Amino acid sequence: MQHDSEGYWKATLGLIRNVLIVWFVVSYGFGILLAPALNNIHIGGYPLGFWFAQQGSMYIFVALIFIYAKLMGNIDKKFDVHED
Amino acid sequence: MSLQATTYLFVGLSFALYIGIAIWARAGSTKEFYAAGGNVHPVLNGMATGADWMSAASFISMAGLIAAMGYGGALFLMGWTGGYVLLAMLLAPYLRKFGKFTVPQFFGTRYYSKGASTVGVFCLLAASLTYIIGQMTGVGVAFSRFLGVSNSTGIFIGMGIVFMYAVFGGMKGITYTQVAQYCVLILAYTVPAIFISLHLTGNPLPQLGLGSDMAGTSVSLLHKLDLISQDLGFAQYTTSTRLSTLNMFVYTVSLMIGTAGLPHVIMRFFTVPTVKDARSSAGWALVFIAILYTTAPAVAAMAKMNLLTTVNPQIMTDSNVFAPDAQIKYDERPDWMKRWEVTGLLKFNDKNGDGRIQYYNSKSKDADFKAKAAAAGWKGNELSVNRDIMVLANPEIALLPNWVIALVAAGGLAAALSTAAGLLLAISSAISHDLLKEKFMPDLTEKGELMAGKISMAIAIMVAGYLGLNPPGFAAGTVAIAFGLAASSIFPALMMGIFSKTMNKQGAIAGMLAGIGVTMFYVFAHKGIFFIKGTAFVDSVGGPNFFLGIEPNAFGAIGAVVNFAVAFAVKNMTEPVPAEIAQMVEDVRIPKGSKAVDGAH
Repeated sequence: MQHDSEGYWKATLGLIRNVLIVWFVVSYGFGILLAPALNNIHIGGYPLGFWFAQQGSMYIFVALIFIYAKLMGNIDKKFDVHED
Repeated sequence: MSLQATTYLFVGLSFALYIGIAIWARAGSTKEFYAAGGNVHPVLNGMATGADWMSAASFISMAGLIAAMGYGGALFLMGWTGGYVLLAMLLAPYLRKFGKFTVPQFFGTRYYSKGASTVGVFCLLAASLTYIIGQMTGVGVAFSRFLGVSNSTGIFIGMGIVFMYAVFGGMKGITYTQVAQYCVLILAYTVPAIFISLHLTGNPLPQLGLGSDMAGTSVSLLHKLDLISQDLGFAQYTTSTRLSTLNMFVYTVSLMIGTAGLPHVIMRFFTVPTVKDARSSAGWALVFIAILYTTAPAVAAMAKMNLLTTVNPQIMTDSNVFAPDAQIKYDERPDWMKRWEVTGLLKFNDKNGDGRIQYYNSKSKDADFKAKAAAAGWKGNELSVNRDIMVLANPEIALLPNWVIALVAAGGLAAALSTAAGLLLAISSAISHDLLKEKFMPDLTEKGELMAGKISMAIAIMVAGYLGLNPPGFAAGTVAIAFGLAASSIFPALMMGIFSKTMNKQGAIAGMLAGIGVTMFYVFAHKGIFFIKGTAFVDSVGGPNFFLGIEPNAFGAIGAVVNFAVAFAVKNMTEPVPAEIAQMVEDVRIPKGSKAVDGAH
């Protein structure tokens, strides 16, 4: 059986792109480039930019991998290319 | 029981545990020499990866560096975790489908030449050896304190133990040993952090404690730390970037893509059972890594707080740090300072002869601060604290019970040993198999291959030990250079091998050589040729950090850009990739039909 490998690869790259956007925004965006501005906001005793850099980005990284694994599994099934 | 006896007991018990597990796991697993992770539960596999990954640099050195750097230390936190997102999405599932065991094997097949695999071996060795130097620096710190000997004696003893451990441990059963090592090191890291957080803020979770108010006040810990740091002429803790925003950005990129390009980490994802598992196992690994990494910033800030309040006992209530009796007398210094003085990693030099310890930033650019310091009769900073001792000394500074201090010593050794062993295995397999057997001596027997592997391990340890005595920086900084080398060579070549169907062997080889070449040039210019003291030539090429103010530890990201650019330029000038290789890349992208990794190592 011939799979729609082009469509599958396009869907895969789309998912990777979306995850990378979130990955970039929380770490390089909120954690580094926008940190000075975000530091004017506080959550508890944390300045927000500092929190993203030293705490928040890491929690989001963990979540991103599991979300990616789940969605990638769905794409595998949709295009019928999953392992048995 | 005395502290020394308790430490011996804890370290001895933890070593006995590892050896016991190694013997137990070895018996049943001789057939699964390489597929150690194959039938291990993904969660356990994640723990083992965590132990393999979290080295002396993470455990011993990182929090001390964050304490010194403040906010800028976040580059280690984000850099060494964010790479797992790249690994999970861009590399792990495809390398698993590819079905090879080592990075040079992947290069050799995908780029259809032994030349590509040899260049891969060279890049792998450069990155892994530099990484081990960082480990030896950390091992030296741990052993010197634990045995009460000088730092260099500590390194010699560490060399011996790491060698025995790697040679006897081998690949067999190493996964289960690493699970145990993870448990020891994570307990050792979090228990003192919980004690200290509870003591300082009343909140037992260090991750929350760092964002809480100081116990009994309504001032937040971070705000107080900002104030105290500034009182003593240091930069504001929560906003001090590393050199510049650009440098911090590039440094973080370098660590992230280096993480995704380090051979001993990638190898772990070659051996998971399925492509699906390859995706989520990176997630589990990161869960276990994040437990330590989200605790580290709390350890850093609280250790700094405790150190500053130890030296300046009244600083919490009275911000006049220049008062004549504001600092402790050297004769009344706490016991932990005496213990660390033995190792030579903590030094006091009474520059103004008043018998008290002035610990402050004598390089402050604040004229007002300098004038006040001069008026108070301060003649320079008198206490030098090696940053690498911060985590090990932290429970002592906070006056925690002896068993906690002993536990931390055992944890530090676990972190250093597990990573050093993993790296030595990567080095020895690269030399004995990918280089000798594949290229120079095809009729090498299995026995000869094993012997060659052990000899290369011994040489690697001696080189690393020698350079560990004269390290190019603190453990975590040296390790950052290793990441730069991996980032500039291995990561781009892997990426292009999967995501570009047209990348050919000429492009990949030229790209790797250019990437690692330019990175090595920049690093050696600053740190000496092959890290040998006195051979640095940075002043003759433009002065320190001459490229846009980027420091050598961060240069891997620039090297990676050079790698990509050169690879695509050379590809367009040379003959296209063969049709069967393009088809192979197509196949690698689809999970269906993944086979167990073949044993043709």
